[in-house]
Amino acid sequence: MKNWLSTIQANKRLQAIMIGLYIVVTFLSLYLAQKSVIAFLLLLASLLLLYFTTFSNRIKWLVAGLVMVVLLPFAASQGEAYQSYMEVATLVGIYIAMALGLNIVVGMAGLLDLGFVAFFAIGAYTYGIFATSQANNFMPFGHYPLSGGSFWVFIFIGCLAAALFGILLGIPVLRVKGDYLAIVTLGFGEIIRIIFNNLDKPVNITNGAMGLASVQPPKLFGLDFMYPSQFYYIVLVILLVVIFAVRRLEYSKIGRAWKAVRENEIAAQSMGIHLVRTKLMAFAVGASFSGMMGVVFAAKQTFVDPTSFTLLESITILVMVILGGMGSVPGVILGAALVTILNLQVLTELTNWLNQLSLNGVISIPDALSPAKMQRFIFGAILILFALYRPQGLLPAKNPVFKKEDLTDTSGHPPMNAGVQKEGAQHVHLDS
Amino acid sequence: MSILTVKNLTKQFGGLVANSNIDMDVEKGSITAVIGPNGAGKTTFFNMVTGVYQPTSGDILLNGESIVGLKPHQVTRKGIARTFQNIRLFGAITVLENVMVGMHTHLHGGLFSTIFNLPHVRKEEKEARKEAYRLLEYVGLESLFNEEAQNLPYGAQRKLEIARALATQPKVLLLDEPAAGMNPKETSELTKLIYNMREELDLTIILIEHDMKLVMEISEHIVVLDHGEKIAEGTPDEIRNNQKVIEAYLGKGAAATAS
Ligand SMILES: Nc1ncnc2c1ncn2[C@@H]1O[C@H](COP(=O)(O)OP(=O)(O)O)[C@@H](O)[C@H]1O
Ligand SMILES: [Mg+2]
Repeated sequence: MKNWLSTIQANKRLQAIMIGLYIVVTFLSLYLAQKSVIAFLLLLASLLLLYFTTFSNRIKWLVAGLVMVVLLPFAASQGEAYQSYMEVATLVGIYIAMALGLNIVVGMAGLLDLGFVAFFAIGAYTYGIFATSQANNFMPFGHYPLSGGSFWVFIFIGCLAAALFGILLGIPVLRVKGDYLAIVTLGFGEIIRIIFNNLDKPVNITNGAMGLASVQPPKLFGLDFMYPSQFYYIVLVILLVVIFAVRRLEYSKIGRAWKAVRENEIAAQSMGIHLVRTKLMAFAVGASFSGMMGVVFAAKQTFVDPTSFTLLESITILVMVILGGMGSVPGVILGAALVTILNLQVLTELTNWLNQLSLNGVISIPDALSPAKMQRFIFGAILILFALYRPQGLLPAKNPVFKKEDLTDTSGHPPMNAGVQKEGAQHVHLDS
Repeated sequence: MSILTVKNLTKQFGGLVANSNIDMDVEKGSITAVIGPNGAGKTTFFNMVTGVYQPTSGDILLNGESIVGLKPHQVTRKGIARTFQNIRLFGAITVLENVMVGMHTHLHGGLFSTIFNLPHVRKEEKEARKEAYRLLEYVGLESLFNEEAQNLPYGAQRKLEIARALATQPKVLLLDEPAAGMNPKETSELTKLIYNMREELDLTIILIEHDMKLVMEISEHIVVLDHGEKIAEGTPDEIRNNQKVIEAYLGKGAAATAS
């Protein structure tokens, strides 16, 4: 087995043939067998295979881009199930971005946040309120709903609003540590939801439990975005920006400060790291990803109400991070994709199948045991199993590997710490 | 000229007086040792100087300026760095990155310049990596730069703490039991390293240490604490022959029979 793997790893042409073949086969199966969820999932899984190949990052991104931008939508587009496939793919993208945001807070900075969905809600309501007639109730100027053209600006506004709330919540919340932090953030998540649920009086801002209906669809060059197949591309672009940003931050001064705070707060401080500012930045950056996706979610659903932002959602995002691997960007992407697909496809399909069986009288499964209702049970089981047997997750976080040539190359600039010179270290005279 | 002056420094934990009216003057460029039995209050003293604990009363002056009330990260920015008795490395990241964290305050990349990977950030990071590697060479850990810090042997971890502290570019370096857990060979290497750092890096060093050979070999000035009080200070020779110090270490009876 080992041998076999290393042969493949050493042979790039073989890898190219295998991944190419895999993509072609799954593409054709989805293209020809439109109802086959399996083919759809297998085509998605080509991205995972691609991750394990040894090609350069540029090639991986190019192939992944081809699959996501062209092949997947095209293969899925040939039948009735098109929109439901794209709906799944869109939601996967939304959850990946949120999980990457939570990963900064929990995985990198080590701050357990159980109310993360609050920032998603803030993004969703930011657009929802102004893209429906709701804003007329309390805004002294302007005409609402704003047109769908404003959606693009609202992605940024949602991002900023969520970041701002991240900081505002962070200031009181970050005074407490560890288990207490988890409980306080859980409380804040619920408070935000309850506020949205009740802010219909005295001034009607959120329309309470009724929610906000008929949110304006995004508009670009006269084109309305109404279908999942269109939102898919919006999500894809935002997701790429998010992945790009976390990748840059991960191994930067800021990412190192987050990890230092996670590993040892006292030592981090004694390295000159401003504890509160560093934690707030983690909260704000993590929240901003959710805020952007919240705006997209509101536009996609065309309806926003508080029931989309329950504690279970926060837990779901946390499960994605833990399953994939805390602090690991590829891991969290995988975790988010798996959990979303499990929720939307596997459990639903399984339930349908079992229902079919009981209709035909083969077996009878009581309604209470239907897989779709097992979500919490399955998440609980995942959390326990991973905590016990694989705490580092499916694809554990990796440290950067530095090259010695880059570290010893003496060309260029004078050293920052001019006092440290290797010469002279040998001449020791101890007065005794 | 004294770089660090401590006046009447007192720390109480409830009823326990961990430091009581400590006065100390540390010469610029000197190596000062703080010694005393376990529980004497040495680490507490370091914690107050570095802002980890706030003193109950008294003052700490760095170059004549009070640093009492500053947060640990502000004290670091003023030029005081330290190592920890119970090693506090960033275990899950690499050795090189540990040192790079020490450069935090000297790097200027902000959120946006980092996300857009602007040229000045790229250049700064590259220089920081090289500088971190040079610091590792300086303490003799260069071959381990890609290892996770938590996988290092004990002695190497202590040296890494020193490299990381140096990366903050301190004027005063506090070492809390740097030789604890080291074998004699490692200890003698460490002794040289401490001596060299003072000579080459324009540093003032204060160290807490139980290894008397090391202490007597490199320190110009020794301060002895016992039960939170300063019971003696002076040159190594003066301390070696000080009756109070012998009593503190060996107990009154033993000291009497020894003399
Ligand atoms: N945070 C704290 N809370 C309560 N007591 C403490 C704390 N830190 C230190 N002490 C107490 O102060 C005394 C001195 O401790 P310490 O400074 O660590 O001694 P040393 O480093 O000389 O061995 C000990 O009795 C210790 O238990
Ligand atoms: Mg101590």
